[in-house]
Amino acid sequence: MMFARLLARLGDLFLGLLRELGEMAMLLVNCLLWLPRPPYRIRHFFGQLEFIGVRSLFIVALTGLFSGMVLALQAYYGFRKFGGESLLGGAVALSMTREIGPVLTSLMVTARAGSAMAAELGTMRVTEQVDALLAMAVHPVHYLALPRVLSGLIMVPLLTVVDVFIGILGGYFVGVMLLGINPGTYMQKMVEMVVASDLYNGLFKSMVFGLLLALISCHQGLKARGGAQGVGLVTTRAVVYSAVAILIVDYMLTALLF
Amino acid sequence: MHLIRLVDVHKAFNGLRVLDGLNLTVQQGEITVILGRSGTGKSVLLKHLIGLIRPDRGQVLLKGVDLARLPERELFSVRKRFGYLFQHGALLDSLTIGQNIAFPLQEHTSWPRSQIEEVVTTKLAQVSLPGVEHKMPSELSGGMQKRAALARALALDPEIMLFDEPTTGLDPITTTTIRQLIAETVRGLKLTAVVISHDIELALALADVIAFLHQGKILTQESPVSFQLSPLPEVQQFLKGEPD
Repeated sequence: MMFARLLARLGDLFLGLLRELGEMAMLLVNCLLWLPRPPYRIRHFFGQLEFIGVRSLFIVALTGLFSGMVLALQAYYGFRKFGGESLLGGAVALSMTREIGPVLTSLMVTARAGSAMAAELGTMRVTEQVDALLAMAVHPVHYLALPRVLSGLIMVPLLTVVDVFIGILGGYFVGVMLLGINPGTYMQKMVEMVVASDLYNGLFKSMVFGLLLALISCHQGLKARGGAQGVGLVTTRAVVYSAVAILIVDYMLTALLF
Repeated sequence: MHLIRLVDVHKAFNGLRVLDGLNLTVQQGEITVILGRSGTGKSVLLKHLIGLIRPDRGQVLLKGVDLARLPERELFSVRKRFGYLFQHGALLDSLTIGQNIAFPLQEHTSWPRSQIEEVVTTKLAQVSLPGVEHKMPSELSGGMQKRAALARALALDPEIMLFDEPTTGLDPITTTTIRQLIAETVRGLKLTAVVISHDIELALALADVIAFLHQGKILTQESPVSFQLSPLPEVQQFLKGEPD
């Protein structure tokens, strides 16, 4: 009896997950269908680019700096055990471009902008502003979701570039200035070990993550029901689902790309 | 002439029947007030009229065209003929009042900015709310927000106005002001209007026809005078405010 209940619960969870994935796929298809249709609302779109991109710049730069620094510190202790300190520059740059940059940037954008997107759209849903858009013959996917999803797709890779650059600077500071590694060796190993495909693939990853986090956040926001509690619930879900999705997709993409 | 006709409309949410074989007719140029107790599905009914909710069964006919079966794209062009005043205004809170009123015009016309600004000023004057173009919705009182929302609903010069509980939550003076404003606007512009409310005074003062919604059905649809004399016990209980 208990086993049957457990199975039923697992089945419900699985069906729920499938439903969520299906709804998100539909949202993506809807975004693509609305993309070429006027009006284009350029100013509104730039507002979203600013919100997701420019306003996340500081927190992304800060995260990049410290992740690069801690990466250099940790790698140094590891490499020192077998006398491989000279590899530090390459190791930091590789980790930043392939992994830490895209993932940390996306997680920070999720925390800052994804949660805000879900909360804003959720509030609009429960205060009938989304219904008001529909009543004015304006589709919420066109007006609300599309500019956010596009902005996520564009701005997360750009933020990743900033994150990686500052992370490498942070690694250089720790490695060269604090730990005394030769600057020439540090730079040489970095140039030797990092190839162009590392950068492209890292940026491709961050595009996928940007798309994912914006889609999940908009989808959750537009699903909000009830009042403040409903908005809180979808905001939490948006952050948790986005973070989990980013990490799972990160593994898949890493296995496929590198 | 029938402008809107609902035929045998059924709607349930999670197994809970909200509309249960509902029939209703709205005549062109008249104000129809739908009265009913809270939680009887009045807002659900109103949302059916512009396809925000589609029925599980039945027809929602606008001049003979069934909105329940209309593809989304055509439904969007039908909606431009309606103005909808939401219960709490539902102004877009990221835009100023002026931008809110200009919004449907920017979306659906190719008018120059100066012409849109002119319409915004005119519509705000029409609802006795001049000079608030640059304020945010949160800076206005509930009554003012409702008036601004009415101005937005009127921006595209709709043929049909839908009002969702227009006086709920307002003080008696603002209630009277909104009531007068609705009457002046609808009569002055010769619009057709559907108002849902549980405000009996509003219904008696405003309506050409009162329809009474009870347990998912319209029990009666008649003039305010005959509505007050209705022999139906549900209507009399509602009018007298007697508890169950």
